[in-house]
Amino acid sequence: MEVAIVSGKGGTGKSSISAAFATLNGKVVLADCDVDAANLYLLFNPSHEEEKAFITGEKAFIDYSLCTNCGLCIDYCRFNAISFKEEMVSISEIACDGCRLCSRICPENAIGMIRNDKSKIYAGTFRNGKMVYGRLAPGEENSGKLVNVVREKAKQVAKENGLETIILDGPPGTGCPVISTLTGVDKVVIVTEPTISGLHDLERIVELVKKFNIQIFVIINKYDLNLSVTREIEKWCLVKKIPVAGCLPYDENIIKAMVNRKSIIELNPELEISLKLNMIWNRIKNQEK
Amino acid sequence: MGMMKIAIASGKGGTGKTFVATNIFYTLLKNNYRAMLIDCDAEAPNSIAFFETKLVKEIEVTQLVPVINTDNCTYCGKCHEYCNYNAIFILPPMKIIQVIEDLCHGCGACRVACNFEAISEKPVSLGKVNLYSNNGKLSLIEAKMNIGVMSPVPVIKAAVKHIDNQAEIVILDSPPGTSCPFIQTAGTSDYVILVTEPTPFGLSDLKQSVATLRTLNKLYGVIVNRAGVGNRDVYDYLKQENIPLLFEIPFKKEIAELYSVGKIASEHDSSLSKQLFATVENIILKYGSSNSKR
Repeated sequence: MEVAIVSGKGGTGKSSISAAFATLNGKVVLADCDVDAANLYLLFNPSHEEEKAFITGEKAFIDYSLCTNCGLCIDYCRFNAISFKEEMVSISEIACDGCRLCSRICPENAIGMIRNDKSKIYAGTFRNGKMVYGRLAPGEENSGKLVNVVREKAKQVAKENGLETIILDGPPGTGCPVISTLTGVDKVVIVTEPTISGLHDLERIVELVKKFNIQIFVIINKYDLNLSVTREIEKWCLVKKIPVAGCLPYDENIIKAMVNRKSIIELNPELEISLKLNMIWNRIKNQEK
Repeated sequence: MGMMKIAIASGKGGTGKTFVATNIFYTLLKNNYRAMLIDCDAEAPNSIAFFETKLVKEIEVTQLVPVINTDNCTYCGKCHEYCNYNAIFILPPMKIIQVIEDLCHGCGACRVACNFEAISEKPVSLGKVNLYSNNGKLSLIEAKMNIGVMSPVPVIKAAVKHIDNQAEIVILDSPPGTSCPFIQTAGTSDYVILVTEPTPFGLSDLKQSVATLRTLNKLYGVIVNRAGVGNRDVYDYLKQENIPLLFEIPFKKEIAELYSVGKIASEHDSSLSKQLFATVENIILKYGSSNSKR
């Protein structure tokens, strides 16, 4: 069973909740799909049994010993990445999308491509199972593809080790890395918080998840920060027929656990929030579609 | 010219980017700057709701995708070879060719590749750029990506194009992360304010953002939000790396509550408003070009 933890906006508590689920009972495979800002390794300090480079894409560069400054590439580039700078054709690394068209049409063969290969994927063991995570090198692109590689690896590790549950800690938003996280999972847990932005982003992510026909659960984190917005979210979920798996209170122990490199369950399984997380996880695991 | 663009960003979500962006924008307006706020978080835009605005214009953002005319197609496979995104699926013996629109980036390479005039293009919608006025002036721009679209980058690019030339200071509310959407936003700015929180997750993501900004060669400083929670590691890191700590926002339940109902905390907390304004004005005076200085 693959369960993805996602949210429309960042900072709702996805990683802390994923860490709790991963340490509740039974060994699991934990995959950190938030490749832009992978954090779970900080809590679990997994061994690096495997490390692989990942090619995120390409960037065009000009060989000025061949370039005649004809400017043909400027006309072809649809990303406005090429322009004349100080009377020389110049490619903006930021704007270049790596489509290779300039390189193909250059009459002097003066444009080459460099591979971005500094991103990495890691697999190893942590104290409650196996862990897989990706780290995108600073400024590198295409995190959706890296998410796919992380998930493939997680499935392989699960199979090899006879582990049934894969927990995916997802990235925020609704774009390509989120779509890659959601494709083909069994259950999705959407974490939200009782703010106007939280509700608005919940609406957007639910609209996305509904395209996939996956079983959805909602968790309202820090529900006691604004009870009236919490009620509004519950009502909205009721109308949309989405089960709220539970509400979690605001608890400074979440940060205390993080500082101590533990999940909240490992910090203290008897806290109200820990007991609730246990209940919520059982509901998510056992509820049939 | 003379405009200064400041991006508000963070590697990790939920650190308070939108909080900082909306409050800085508010204090700039209050201090009579001709300011604009651009919400570049196209996957989850939330800034506009904090202000009284009037929608002035909606601009559809589109991308071109190829359409294959199978009457002319010889199934030679050159378009498939030219496509660097695997967006053209072809099985020549079965005479099957298909465009996978979700993977297409609209570069036009396939059309250049085709020698048989079998490829034309059609626009598909990616999202919208919404222009809003506040007190009669175009002041807010929202980039909003359609749900199910892969990349917010084209919508962000389109939003930035609509910045009013008359603006002195432009605040860009950046999407989270350090990949393409963040780079697009930070890349167009003169200065980047990174917002973080004093926790291990906050620090790890801050390091990632700093590494990215260094490769982009950008000027930047850090605001620590929810100061008082967590530990001191973020501060030690800033000191060690010589990164300016611009401001600390204390963790107060009242601030969180105001935010949760869509209110601007600076409107109700004059010391926060003053200190935030002093922080931005410092940046403007130090790094702004001549016209944005007072």
